[in-house]
Amino acid sequence: MANVLLIAEHDGTNLNPSTAKSVACAANIEGAEVHVLVLAADAAGVAAEASRLDSVAKVLTVSNPANENALAAVLAPQIVALADGYDYVFGPSTTFGKDLMPRVAAMLGVNQISDIMSVEGSHTFKRPVYAGNAIVTVNAPEGHTVVATVRTASYRAVGSDNAAPVEAVDPGVELPTHTRFVELQTGQSDRPDLQTAARVVSGGRALGSSESFDIIYALADKLAAGVGASRAAVDAGYVPNDMQVGQTGKIIAPDLYLAIGISGAIQHLTGIKDAGTIVAINKDEEAPIFEVADIGLVADLFDAVPELTEALD
Amino acid sequence: MEKILVGLKRAVDYNVRVRVKSDGSGVETDGVKMSINPFDEIALEEALRIRERGEASEVIVLSIGPGDAQQQLRTGLAMGADRAILVEADAALDALDRARVFKAIVDREGVELVVLGKQAIDDDNNQTGQMLAAVWDRPQATFASEVAIDGNTARVTREVDAGLETIEVDLPAVITADLRLNDPRYVKLPDIMKAKKKPLDTLALADLGIEASPAIEETHFAPPEARQKGIMVDDVSGLVTALKDKGLI
Ligand SMILES: Cc1cc2nc3c(=O)[nH]c(=O)nc-3n(C[C@H](O)[C@H](O)[C@H](O)COP(=O)(O)OP(=O)(O)OC[C@H]3O[C@@H](n4cnc5c(N)ncnc54)[C@H](O)[C@@H]3O)c2cc1C
Ligand SMILES: Nc1ncnc2c1ncn2[C@@H]1O[C@H](COP(=O)(O)O)[C@@H](O)[C@H]1O
Repeated sequence: MANVLLIAEHDGTNLNPSTAKSVACAANIEGAEVHVLVLAADAAGVAAEASRLDSVAKVLTVSNPANENALAAVLAPQIVALADGYDYVFGPSTTFGKDLMPRVAAMLGVNQISDIMSVEGSHTFKRPVYAGNAIVTVNAPEGHTVVATVRTASYRAVGSDNAAPVEAVDPGVELPTHTRFVELQTGQSDRPDLQTAARVVSGGRALGSSESFDIIYALADKLAAGVGASRAAVDAGYVPNDMQVGQTGKIIAPDLYLAIGISGAIQHLTGIKDAGTIVAINKDEEAPIFEVADIGLVADLFDAVPELTEALD
Repeated sequence: MEKILVGLKRAVDYNVRVRVKSDGSGVETDGVKMSINPFDEIALEEALRIRERGEASEVIVLSIGPGDAQQQLRTGLAMGADRAILVEADAALDALDRARVFKAIVDREGVELVVLGKQAIDDDNNQTGQMLAAVWDRPQATFASEVAIDGNTARVTREVDAGLETIEVDLPAVITADLRLNDPRYVKLPDIMKAKKKPLDTLALADLGIEASPAIEETHFAPPEARQKGIMVDDVSGLVTALKDKGLI
């Protein structure tokens, strides 16, 4: 048997979809018994959601006001205290998991595997390096807890027809006060979430201003798509940072991705290479984005995008 | 505060199209341009600005790796770091061991703030800063896009999936730099000359008494699966037809 402790990501109310994708990865380990750990101020609601996920054997909860916001320094010692008896401790490779899991690993005295994209054996995994230009097979040492993050774009969320038991646990550790949450500014929008949307429309530097980005939003709304951007568009201040797609932004795998006025730098491509169909609109026929696009259109985006939006009526 | 420590990793330049060796033993690095990991340049820039505001007195740059990493340390000195330390080690050292090296230097030097990059663009690990904070038992503020030092605390804005999160941490602490934290300065020729006279100490890994962690073994490298060649359409109506054909709209 292989006991897996999976750290749930949530916002206090809802489970983040990254959790159901990470469960899918964990379930690929032979003989896996997956326990999901929910650390929250009040874990009940999120735990109920987690208990419905297929392949989950049990949900553990820790309700503590100190867990109101996900601070790695506060969560890590609780996870370490509860990790006893587990062969694997997994988290999603989102900013939540990337911040937290290495701290957990170091406290357990082990190294961590980042961005698992496939499970090849009990201790053998594949992961991307060099912005996805190489895929490396790694062996974690036997006889030690395997701590890892799951590249969520490589997995489809498990279903939710389950009713796993929920159990409150007490890590019984003292928590640090040296790290304090101040605030979270979110770019609230009614559009589909970039990381889970089936369709995504992204704009690049070519848009030229935040006002011009409206044509991207209009197209996205027609397609019921999420909206992303290249780093250049974010740096130029056209859109907020949470919209960045790529090596250092979000790694996404929508069924349809439209790259508009984006050149196709390797750091951007690494964020979209699992997309089902990539469409590129760029006025430069030499743009590298056309090397990966399934459908390419050489055109001025300021003509083509409004025309496309109209054509979708 | 007295001292800030910054990590400078020697890594394949971000403009290089990395190729996997035909025998799968690694990636081609012969004759390939090497640079400071881009996030580390940003980390150093931030440390220099903190010092220039009078909130710290010394910036030390540290690289763990082969002797060639002296080049990157010299660049760091030319940017304005006061001192450099090279810990000579196999480049393939695991992240926890690297974190332990940082911790050993922190203890030796009495460092109060460590600024690292959020990730190295070769291993794409995104671990070392978090691990250092753990072995040091101090706060971490990862993926920083804004840092303000106020006496014994730092207020850090972090780039997270949901947007921008601000946290406050007591010093000493570890901060890891995201891309939008700042624009690193350019090095000028006179600075390169001056940097040659700045101290660069070399230590052996063995000098630090680091206990090696259970290693993760990299057994095989392969190129990513190539996407199938796509089609070009002539106009918007061609695009709409192609999307319909694929059942996407
Ligand atoms: C360490 C590191 C990490 C990075 N991480 C990321 C990341 O996560 N995500 C990311 O996106 N980038 C990332 N980058 C930046 C990346 O290298 C590129 O600089 C960036 O992706 C370029 O954005 P862009 O394509 O919008 O701009 P550009 O490269 O300037 O391309 C603009 C494109 O628009 C086209 N164009 C111009 N006008 C029009 C028009 N009217 N109609 C149609 N097309 C037009 C041009 O032909 C061009 O191809 C990173 C870089 C580094 C060094
Ligand atoms: N060999 C090294 N030498 C100096 N700094 C390093 C080294 N490895 C990692 N770092 C620092 O840790 C950060 C994160 O690296 P990583 O965890 O490998 O992605 C880098 O951006 C550097 O600041």
